[in-house]
Amino acid sequence: MNKQDITLVINGKKRYLSVFPNELLLNVIREDLQLTGTKYACGIGECGACTVLVDGAPVLSCLTLAIAVDGSEVTTIEGVAEPDGTLHPVQEAFLEHSAVQCGFCTPGMVLMAKALCDENPGLVGITEADVQEYFKGNLCRCTGYTSIVRAMMSCVGPQTADEA
Amino acid sequence: MQPKVVTLNVNGRRHQVVLAPNVTLLQALRDLGYTDVKNGCEKGDCGACAVLLNGKAVNSCLVLAWQAEGTEIVTNAGLGTMDNPHPLQEAFADAGAAQCGYCTPGMIIAAKALLDRNPHPTEDEIRDAISGNLCRCTGYGQIIKAVQMAAERVQKTGAGGEV
Amino acid sequence: MLPEFNLLMPKTLPKALDMLSKGAPDVTPLAGGTNLIPDMRSGRHCPVVLMDIGGLDELRGIHQKDGDLVIGGGVTVAELLDAPLIAQHAPVLKQAAAIFANPLVRNRATVGGNLADASPAADSGPPLLVLDAEVELVSKEGARRVPLEDFFVHVRKTVCKPQELLASVRWPVPAPGSVGAFRKLGLRKAGAVSVLSAAVMVEPDGNGRLVQARIALGAVAPTPIRAHAAEDALRGQAMTPGVISEAAYLAAVATCPIDDIRGSAAYRQRVVEVLVRRLLTDVAREVN
Repeated sequence: MNKQDITLVINGKKRYLSVFPNELLLNVIREDLQLTGTKYACGIGECGACTVLVDGAPVLSCLTLAIAVDGSEVTTIEGVAEPDGTLHPVQEAFLEHSAVQCGFCTPGMVLMAKALCDENPGLVGITEADVQEYFKGNLCRCTGYTSIVRAMMSCVGPQTADEA
Repeated sequence: MQPKVVTLNVNGRRHQVVLAPNVTLLQALRDLGYTDVKNGCEKGDCGACAVLLNGKAVNSCLVLAWQAEGTEIVTNAGLGTMDNPHPLQEAFADAGAAQCGYCTPGMIIAAKALLDRNPHPTEDEIRDAISGNLCRCTGYGQIIKAVQMAAERVQKTGAGGEV
Repeated sequence: MLPEFNLLMPKTLPKALDMLSKGAPDVTPLAGGTNLIPDMRSGRHCPVVLMDIGGLDELRGIHQKDGDLVIGGGVTVAELLDAPLIAQHAPVLKQAAAIFANPLVRNRATVGGNLADASPAADSGPPLLVLDAEVELVSKEGARRVPLEDFFVHVRKTVCKPQELLASVRWPVPAPGSVGAFRKLGLRKAGAVSVLSAAVMVEPDGNGRLVQARIALGAVAPTPIRAHAAEDALRGQAMTPGVISEAAYLAAVATCPIDDIRGSAAYRQRVVEVLVRRLLTDVAREVN
């Protein structure tokens, strides 16, 4: 097995890496790039703690080979807040609504939330049921999910005039 | 160890029960059907068994039932009902302050005792008031919010003062 | 279930003392029960007869009398927190009351019970020691006063006889300008048995020196103790950093802590010095 050279744009920065073909994106992020915000929990794609965004779309990094995303933009939890430390509105909402207890599921949750907000700015028309459906791939053992749903619903903007 | 007839006044109702001296108020209340009073640690550390005794929040596991004769006992169930909840009970539901719910009756009793003395508690005062009530689920954030919400609601509507 | 016992419920103090006199040594007084009931459950205490003294009015009340503050043995820790006399004349005791156990326990735990139970970590011990308190022990035969320092004998042992009750605690109202402080180190912010605790009380002479100084420590000896050598190092001195450091060191030397699940003896001895230094530094700021 020979190493392969790949290029990833991680949180806006171009990185040149040399990885074995069987290396998971999750391990490359955590070990080669030392970005440990992305969590290794179940390792079999069931819990969502390893969620990252690849070209803006949520992906389970424990089920993704690093070589498969050569040339892509990868966003991890470390890339969600502004460089000056200003938190993303969903991060503020999570803190405000006690949606973080142990925090282990949080990076995955926040990245899903960010992806949803990027796809639907203002979360127009989103209901609680929609939020529950959207997050069903992210497990949390602490909060009982209510606070997470509330945090998301607090980010739902006012409806536009046509939908009122 | 001679049992005797003891009169307990709980949530406004009089009960006459034959009790041995070594029965705690916690046991007596649960045996009378007040199962909203929970058995957590039975040593005064967790607060799950908290009730109001003459208006003061106490661990019912540390009170002998005989000692409670002649007092007014209020449990969480005595503060409100499903149809007519106490502002604290409503706030706990609205704020998502109950996950498994086991600590909740005791928490509400401690919070009620706080609001009775101090209608405008600061966050620190709330934290101190519930420092004898352990919760393994919520991380306390929503509980503190619930008490703040209830304090505001009680002030606005003037409701929830009497029991 | 708690072990079986007979429960006496006297309505007056004379009746209670009569019951104690007849039944001693098998009658155990029960006040707040916040230590006794868990002890019964764990098997540490197996009393044959309990006597509920929680209802005795003669053991209640906080008042000022002949230059002394007097509190009944049945006064609860919560009552100490609420009492204007304590806030005014014994803030060091109020500080201890504020972090004693937890609010639910405070509504039942009594000062008399905390002292009579005589845990080495009893949080009411150090403040009352620096207030130079004495306890009043009453029996059918009469009453006697014992300085608190002499009241504690060893771990959970006091000079209280089986037929005696701790009826009250009193101390002289501190001189104007006196400053006191209490702090405890616990493994959590509430409901924590002290790993170690300290109380200090100083009386400045108005010219920058101390007329009187008392230091008391908890959980670092078989009983709450005064640190006499440390006090001597402060008396007559100004509260400079050098004097404070010396006193703090001597306070640590006065301890004989043990290793237990809350901390090691070595740790306790080290931290007592730090805690006393911090307390004295805070007090010095108020004095100067």
